Amino acid sequence: MFKWLHPYANPEVSYHFCGKLQPWLFSLSALFLGIGLVWALLFAPADYQQGDSFRIFYIHVPAAILAMGIYLAMAIAALSSLVWQLKLADASAAAMAPIGAIFTAIALITGAAWGKPMWGTWWIWDARLTSELILLFLYLGVIALHNAFEDKNLAGKAAGILSLVGVINLPIIHYSVEWWNTLHQGATVSKMGAPSMSAEMYWPFLMCLLGFSLLIAALVCLRFKTEVLARNSMRPWVRELAVNLITQYSPASHNCSNQEAK
Amino acid sequence: MNAAGNNDFKNSQSHVINRVQLSYLAAFNLMVKRDLTIALRHKDDILNPLLFFVIVVTLFPLGIGPEANTLSRIAPGIIWVAALLSTLLSLDRLFKADHSDGSLEQMLLSPHPIFILVLAKIVAHWLITGLPLIIVAPLLAVLLHFNEQSYGALLLTLLLGTPVLSLLGAIGVALTVGIKKGGVLLSLLVLPLYIPVLIFATSAIDTAALNLPYGGQLAIIAALFFGSLTLAPFAVGAALKVSTN
Repeated sequence: MFKWLHPYANPEVSYHFCGKLQPWLFSLSALFLGIGLVWALLFAPADYQQGDSFRIFYIHVPAAILAMGIYLAMAIAALSSLVWQLKLADASAAAMAPIGAIFTAIALITGAAWGKPMWGTWWIWDARLTSELILLFLYLGVIALHNAFEDKNLAGKAAGILSLVGVINLPIIHYSVEWWNTLHQGATVSKMGAPSMSAEMYWPFLMCLLGFSLLIAALVCLRFKTEVLARNSMRPWVRELAVNLITQYSPASHNCSNQEAK
Repeated sequence: MNAAGNNDFKNSQSHVINRVQLSYLAAFNLMVKRDLTIALRHKDDILNPLLFFVIVVTLFPLGIGPEANTLSRIAPGIIWVAALLSTLLSLDRLFKADHSDGSLEQMLLSPHPIFILVLAKIVAHWLITGLPLIIVAPLLAVLLHFNEQSYGALLLTLLLGTPVLSLLGAIGVALTVGIKKGGVLLSLLVLPLYIPVLIFATSAIDTAALNLPYGGQLAIIAALFFGSLTLAPFAVGAALKVSTN
């Protein structure tokens, strides 16, 4: 079963695979986000209680869900790097951390913007807000640990251990904060079978969620490629790639090398 | 001559084997004793975090004002936050000296499981920093006009909670021990992990102040304690292997 996965342990193969995947992911995410956001912001019915201001939901909730999701994905990558010693898994974890932090920040900021008209304040020490804030701190810790090491491989291992510790702690923190204080409205879309919102609102939301996930996948591909290049900068295939790029974009140097060859 | 040399070799070998066959418990005790001895020879290592704890707690009434009602309302939070911070300050000495003189690498190379040695070091750290906090805390509670019913809760939560702080903190120290400027980074890594302990400890003390049963919160802190007791040393071991490389 793992036979078709083996080639991707080679940095060069997975670099090119991501390169092929990336334009598809970007264009698909643009498609879904375009449809989803236009549908959600212009055509979906307004909430009977919250009016039009509820529409920020279509950005806030996908960002919040995906912020947690990226952390989980990062922890899975860290685990596979620790257990199976996959160096590329470290690179992908390093690629995911800043994206996750940004999405957590987006969730927090849109949440604050939504909270102002609904609850009357920008910030409340509510359970979900607090645990999202702590998630941001965990992300920042992982990123800081990544930057603290000179050696990328060591950095990846250390940050991997930290993200595994964090992923064990995340539910504990979440529930402890939940018991501590709760004001946030209950989950609207977690019940997949019977969502407590109407279909006209639910479909654009799914579109947005899908679009944001594809966007994240595309960004991870992009960052993963640069991580792979940075880690393998001394390898012949990377040098060849660089030489090709230089000759492709500067015809002058191309001619020069041709003349020298002559 | 040859035979004698052989004999010598055998003797030395059996000597080595004898030393290797230290039982896990003996190795654990030895490590705790070693760390305690070192700490007792540098008394300011014990005193400074404690002094920090006392000073931070005295700063709060100066900043907030001396009304007894306000102080007794926020006293659990003050004492616990101060305990978190002073534990954080003292964490640095857990592996730093051993790392710089190379004995940490010898520990990692020793035949004993790293789990045992790490746990011993953490126990010694708690005896040096956690236990004095528990002894001093009631005195500070008096200064903050603590509710009389909640002294028991304060002591119990500190007794169960400070080991968790040492255990979780050890992970952060193990990750940052190889980095030159690890101090600030350490707080960034460790403080978010301390939040559940803080929440349940202060909530237990607040509940006790209302004369309600606080067994639930204590049970959760105990669960955090046993969970981190069993899992944290593994993470610390893995992190130390990364740090010493």
